[in-house]
Amino acid sequence: MAKTHVTMKVNGAEVEGLVEPRTLLVHFIRENLQMTGTHIGCETTHCGACTVDIDGMSVKSCTMFAVQAQGSDIITVEGMANADGTLSALQEGFRMMHGLQCGFCTPGMIVRAHRLLKENPLPSEPEIRMGISGNICRCTGYQNIVKAIQYASAKINGVEFQEAAE
Amino acid sequence: MIPGSFSYHRPASVTDAVKLLVDLGEDARPLAGGHSLVPMMKLRLATPTHLIDLHGIAALKGISRDGNLVIGAMTTQHELLASDEVAKSMPILHEAALLIADPQVRYRGTIGGNVANGDPGNDMPALMMALGASYRLEGASGARDVLAADFYQGAYFTALEPGEILTSVSVPVPAAGHGYAYEKLKRKVGDYATAAAAVVLTMAGGKVATCTIGLTNVHETPLLAADAAKAVIGTSLDAATLKKAAAAASAIMSPAADARGPVEYRKHVGGIMVTRALQRAASVAK
Repeated sequence: MAKTHVTMKVNGAEVEGLVEPRTLLVHFIRENLQMTGTHIGCETTHCGACTVDIDGMSVKSCTMFAVQAQGSDIITVEGMANADGTLSALQEGFRMMHGLQCGFCTPGMIVRAHRLLKENPLPSEPEIRMGISGNICRCTGYQNIVKAIQYASAKINGVEFQEAAE
Repeated sequence: MIPGSFSYHRPASVTDAVKLLVDLGEDARPLAGGHSLVPMMKLRLATPTHLIDLHGIAALKGISRDGNLVIGAMTTQHELLASDEVAKSMPILHEAALLIADPQVRYRGTIGGNVANGDPGNDMPALMMALGASYRLEGASGARDVLAADFYQGAYFTALEPGEILTSVSVPVPAAGHGYAYEKLKRKVGDYATAAAAVVLTMAGGKVATCTIGLTNVHETPLLAADAAKAVIGTSLDAATLKKAAAAASAIMSPAADARGPVEYRKHVGGIMVTRALQRAASVAK
């Protein structure tokens, strides 16, 4: 099958590559761009490990073809740090609140939470749980992930973070 | 899991998309949000040799009001959820869209894909039947409108003819003060319904004046539960009436036995969804 030339912006940098139409976006990101933070989990659009941010939307990159991302603006977990290289509020939250176990689901969680907080900067706990319902953690559960997002929300909004009682 | 090879096409107009579909024949498939088709392609349960991506067609986007609410086929669930017009005039559509899959899928999943795929598990078709919606189908010989109630012929088998694309959904706006509810039992977020029921009704003097009931995933097609709806008209939804309506709805259900449960369980749950949806719809009616 003839390959197609694609260009897009990933984490602020213009990138390009040759892909078959059937090349999934997640494979383009991992294999062509060598950005392996975006993970492949279930491959059937359930687990959310492959979540990236495309033109202001959270998208499961295992269910979109790279050719469809032509010209789009993508943020992956590699683009989540602050411009000076320090950890963003979300990354800091995951670290401080122990929001990761094995870490496999973490990139998708962080990228999804990034968009959630853009749309709803001060989400309630139920809103956070619904907001990350497309991301599955198979290690233990979501309590610390929810706390990590609450931490980031508080920091971004300049309000005090109060850890909820267990 | 990587899909088989195909050629990718991105037409800019419905006319071009229809021409491609006609010229390329039965191995060509339109691609909307892709959240049903792409997983099927990865599992090689679908092996189209040409994909006609509808994302480049601006005319298929957007929500407008011309008496009816007209929703372009490529309007996403996320856009439905963001629409003030939908929230105001058709809150049941908002309620049902929120129960489809998860946030990431709703950013990509489209109303056109949801209703055109013919998957009995999809949430919008039964709702569209209950609302009296119609679908615009455009092909080489022009456009035609088909009622949602006449569209579904079997699992994944619809009134769409080869070479036709579903371009918009037209929904009559229910009466002001109508009651509504979409009750869906699912095993987890993101799952299809074990059984679900959509109810749209109006009340007058404490009694049900009009009522339609749609059923999701309890048959190879979405269903209109006409007898169940008839059973509640003129009543105040007392316990005996609710029981009768649930029984009438269960009587037309013929779900598959699958991981969501055996047939009897799914029919039982279907009846409960009808009961709950009727009660909640009546409680929000003004």
